[in-house]
Amino acid sequence: MDLLPQIGEMLPRILDGFLVTLKLTILSLLLSTVVGAVLASMRVSPVAPFRAFGTSYVNVFRNTPLVVMFIFVVEGLPQLGVRPRFTTLGLGYFEMYAIIALSTYTAAFVCEAIRSGVNTVATGQAEAARAVGLTFGQTLTHVILPQAFRAVVPPLVSVYIACTKNSAIAAAFGVLEATGQLSSLIEDFPGSVYLAFFLLAAGYMVLVFVLAGLSSLVERRWAVSR
Amino acid sequence: MTEAATAATDTTDTDALVVLTGVNKWFGDLHVLKDINVTIGRGEVVVVIGPSGSGKSTLCRAINRLEPINEGEIRLDGVPLPAEGKGLAKLRADVGMVFQSFNLFAHKTVLDNVMLGPVKVRRRNAGEVKKQALALLERVGVAEQANKYPAQLSGGQQQRVAIARALAMQPKVMLFDEPTSALDPEMIKEVLDVMVELAQEGMTMVVVTHEMGFARTAANRVMFMDEGKILEEAQPQEFFTNPKTDRAKDFLGKILTH
Repeated sequence: MDLLPQIGEMLPRILDGFLVTLKLTILSLLLSTVVGAVLASMRVSPVAPFRAFGTSYVNVFRNTPLVVMFIFVVEGLPQLGVRPRFTTLGLGYFEMYAIIALSTYTAAFVCEAIRSGVNTVATGQAEAARAVGLTFGQTLTHVILPQAFRAVVPPLVSVYIACTKNSAIAAAFGVLEATGQLSSLIEDFPGSVYLAFFLLAAGYMVLVFVLAGLSSLVERRWAVSR
Repeated sequence: MTEAATAATDTTDTDALVVLTGVNKWFGDLHVLKDINVTIGRGEVVVVIGPSGSGKSTLCRAINRLEPINEGEIRLDGVPLPAEGKGLAKLRADVGMVFQSFNLFAHKTVLDNVMLGPVKVRRRNAGEVKKQALALLERVGVAEQANKYPAQLSGGQQQRVAIARALAMQPKVMLFDEPTSALDPEMIKEVLDVMVELAQEGMTMVVVTHEMGFARTAANRVMFMDEGKILEEAQPQEFFTNPKTDRAKDFLGKILTH
């Protein structure tokens, strides 16, 4: 059996798959980071209803299996008449649903990662900021979050890596991302199941290595400016 | 309007800047401030002394509402302290605070520490603020450190930067919460010198401290607290030579003998 021509045949489909994985992941990470940061601000806010909302969100979505989220979003939302208003980057409705499910779920973990970082900043920092006359929002953006950021990077990257791999669940809901390609490759190349698997695994490893590399870069940058 | 007018006539000193009326505070079951009534006049320097746990720090922190009170009222320049929110932030901008543990913003340079408030809270022009900040750092004697980070400075230098940061807001009153308690003995003087100078320039100050020397030289009035109550208020000379209460005599006996 010749390996190279087989790899040559599989590779374009795997790369196609990873392109979709990349789009799903990047959009989900952006969305969950924004939502997660807002939730974290709510959880440390002096306003009780905000705190209650943040806590409830985390409790509901962190404790729900991701597959349940996917089924709810992909099958439940259309029943309720909720459809994505727009699609982007050449993605279809199913991909948009996958992004909604993934980022709703991941935001809960992002929130907790950021909050753990906020808790590493000494309370005196916030007191000094308030004493100078900064509002709650200014205290957060100018004093607390910049200092929390460095402590947040490692746990946040773990969350991002989990999100990257979690995007594979979309395969079960008709999205032809990398993992979705694996099923079709196994069908088309029944003699090369191992090869298909290892190519796919290698692809995910590359993605995760890139993420981890970026994070240590960021960490080092911030370590110097302290 | 009428409320402010009555308040002014209620207090004998019309130039009252900080007025605490019937202030009570509890930490759970612990009654930490018991029926506190204090009036601090403009330009007055009040030193608060007392044993640990007497409530003196809590009293100081209550004045800019870092510690909310349970009962009573605190007025600053005639205005009652607002609840948490934009109004409170605005009021805090007029109250400088210096902490025991300095609390300089660790991720900002010395200069940026001093500039943050005027630029973000007062929304003043950064170039103009920078000039003023450098002048303030010069005045407290740490101008050469302007571009360093707080962790690179000694405790005494950090505390002087903290004083400059508070002064940059051009506050009506300065609160000092044990400003020298975390310092090595030889650094205490450099901080106290700045504070004495500030007092002589007419700044209104509330100083919680164990530095009796500062109380003697700079204070207009000494307040002695124990178990959440103000037991004695007197001019420093009077208080140190002729304390009225047994508790104050006992306290002074302990700290002045060594």
